Amino acid sequence: MSSIDPTEVFRQEAAELFETLEGALLDLCQRPDDRELVDQAFRALHTIKGSGAMFGFDKVAAFTHEFETAFELVRKGEIKPTQELIAVALAAKDYIRALIEAPESTDSIIGDAILDDLKQFVAPPGAAAAPVAEKEAPAAKPAAQAQPHAGWRLYLEFDSHILCNGCNPLDLLDDLCKLGSCFAVPVIDGIPMLEELEPEYCYLKWDVTLHSDCDKAAIDDVFMFVSDEMKLTLAPLEAQAEIPAPASGLQIELVEAEPAVEVAPVVEAAPAPVQAKEPAAKEATAASEQRRDEPKRAENIATVRVQAERLDELMDRVGELVIAQARLTQLASSGSDLSIKMIAEEIERLAASLRDTTMGARMVPIGSLFGRFRRLVHDLSRDLAKPVEFVTMGEDTELDKTMIECLADPLVHLIRNAIDHGIEDNARRAAAGKTEKGRIELTAVHSGAQVLVTVKDNGGGLNTARIRAKAEEQGLIAPGATVSDNEIHQFLFHPGFSTAQTISALSGRGVGMDVVKRTIENMRGSIDLSTRPGEGTTVTLRLPLTLAIIEGLLIRVGGGRYIIPLSAVEECVELMPEDQRSRGRNFLNVRGNLVPFLKLRELFRTKGSADQHQKTIIISTGETRVGLVADQIIGNHQTVIKSLSKLHSDVTMFSGATILGDGTAALILDVVQLVAAAQAQSEKQISEAA
Amino acid sequence: MSTAQEQAQTKAQVADGSMQVVMIGLGDEKFALDAGLVREIIDPVPATMVAGAKSFVPSVINVRGNVIPLADLRIRFGMPVTEDSADTRIVVVELNIDNEPVLVGVMADKVYEVTEISQTDVQPTPRVGMHWKPEFIRFITKWREEFVIVPSMERILN
Repeated sequence: MSSIDPTEVFRQEAAELFETLEGALLDLCQRPDDRELVDQAFRALHTIKGSGAMFGFDKVAAFTHEFETAFELVRKGEIKPTQELIAVALAAKDYIRALIEAPESTDSIIGDAILDDLKQFVAPPGAAAAPVAEKEAPAAKPAAQAQPHAGWRLYLEFDSHILCNGCNPLDLLDDLCKLGSCFAVPVIDGIPMLEELEPEYCYLKWDVTLHSDCDKAAIDDVFMFVSDEMKLTLAPLEAQAEIPAPASGLQIELVEAEPAVEVAPVVEAAPAPVQAKEPAAKEATAASEQRRDEPKRAENIATVRVQAERLDELMDRVGELVIAQARLTQLASSGSDLSIKMIAEEIERLAASLRDTTMGARMVPIGSLFGRFRRLVHDLSRDLAKPVEFVTMGEDTELDKTMIECLADPLVHLIRNAIDHGIEDNARRAAAGKTEKGRIELTAVHSGAQVLVTVKDNGGGLNTARIRAKAEEQGLIAPGATVSDNEIHQFLFHPGFSTAQTISALSGRGVGMDVVKRTIENMRGSIDLSTRPGEGTTVTLRLPLTLAIIEGLLIRVGGGRYIIPLSAVEECVELMPEDQRSRGRNFLNVRGNLVPFLKLRELFRTKGSADQHQKTIIISTGETRVGLVADQIIGNHQTVIKSLSKLHSDVTMFSGATILGDGTAALILDVVQLVAAAQAQSEKQISEAA
Repeated sequence: MSTAQEQAQTKAQVADGSMQVVMIGLGDEKFALDAGLVREIIDPVPATMVAGAKSFVPSVINVRGNVIPLADLRIRFGMPVTEDSADTRIVVVELNIDNEPVLVGVMADKVYEVTEISQTDVQPTPRVGMHWKPEFIRFITKWREEFVIVPSMERILN
């Protein structure tokens, strides 16, 4: 633990807090009267400020303080969280995030501009001057402003269980000393007799005289984190009150002497009597000691932060273990030693559960990703003046962490498209008799070994005729060719293809969908597009659960063995002699449906003669179903995916390789590319024949 | 092209004029592979043909749990491909391709020995009388009264 950079911990924590903050702010847009949301946002801000200061992000703390001051008024109900205020608040949030992530490259001018905006909401124009001055120079203020008073008289009474929360009142007193010369007297009348004394309780109270010209807020800041667990009575010192002469060194000494008073009865003396009564209590003391390290983390106790690389490494090792185990199983089953067979089975079981656990550890609910898009939708709907209702479903659907990161970009493009192109403008919605608000649904759902992520809008739907016209214009299809609507829609994914008449900041360059397609295919996923004119468009991303291990179907073609991802396989049928009566037509009749098939032997240029009883594996790629003809279907195979080396980057038919039980490598078919390659091949044959 | 790695090697050679190499036989020729590139030498393992791959990296093999390409220099040098013999070995080399280390297996009809070749005997690569592309050859030198070829692996495999 000690090797972890504390600021890194803060950054991670802050990232989570930002999510909470942003979520709360966006919810406030919808329900401006929800007190709980205001409080939630306020708490997040407060923690960012507090821990920012703790980790030395002073700029963050200072800015957040200003932000918080403004929000305080919202919390008190003095100003309403209007859309405009929330827009500024979101900008402020982004600025704080920039301050934390790249403090050097963040321009404080932006921050000042945001603060100015904030102030406009906070203070009505007339009264603006005074509070603005106060906010602008909290540090410089005491010198310039108001009547300088001599200091404060404080009475501190902490909740008795405060020590259990990992808070040390003495540290707070030390902080108080930093504000000015400080004289603290403990009030010891609350300390019970030794036998009644609970070692974990704080019985001391303090009377503090603080000679400082700091303002009340500065004192409140000291007790920021414990304000709920203490009573703080503050009274300004009479101006004429004598400032005790002693040098500050001595006073600090006085305060530092306090620990002896407190520590002696409370901590050190305690174990003896307690031990006499119940020995178990010692452990309780130890436990409380431990809890000090993690204050206020009780609800998170079951989670551990682990670096993603370590998980990746673990996954690699598990992958190797699975391969080694497969070899062992094969070896054991070919021998006759019963005890080795038993061990092999045991290891097989263990390896399988280890694999599942490791994969589970990498799974993250997709909700964390969905949260980010609420902001996107909010901003876009404002910029484009298209009111949009954004609905997310299935946030708890779990997906491999790396995949979630890869998904962010494609989903941004899809959501942008949905708002920019999908949802019609107000006039057209009204004309079509639709509700004023557009609706975008983002859903995630498990479906077998796949996860389906869907972006659905209730806009105008795709303009098939226009896409077709554009495709003809770009020479992608011959004019008048018979092409299904679905095939036409696929042109949207072509690089550089855009039907937008003008290029806007948002879209029109024709890059987005191409990126979406490539990213999804790199994840071995696929995209389905369906649209109904006037009713909207649905884009479905089908993704494998994980990138590291897949369920595969092991097949044999000639002497070579190959893996087909099981998620693509629909069914297996025997290839009947009547299905291959001529070389001119390669298709099957599957329950009345026509399914074309490809002979893998031909695609792979396999030598030797084919087996007598060929099998067809019917796979689906998006909407098309294709049969792949192999010599033999061997069975299911847990496939640990190894990528192909750079020297094979020109190979398209295979997405990777794996290692089989006997130690040989087998290639994993990339079914989408395979079908595309076969298509190109047969087109060539046709043109050669013509 | 001269990658940083190769520059470093050239420097090392200049320093003492000699170079550690693994001497392999391909067909009737002897090739000297820079010993610094060689990771291991293994017995032939069953290779998996990759349909659609370049002819000189026709297959992949499993080496300690990694699937690596198996290159056949004989194809690149236009030599007849012979059946595996008892002497056939796979030399696993680590190359820099696009600034990334890539492990590649290289078929060798025979592996002779690890030896030192001298820089002083370097012969200029002739422009005539050779069926091989001159850029595949770093230099030709003499070793025990025989000419041996020091190939430029990066260029051959790119």
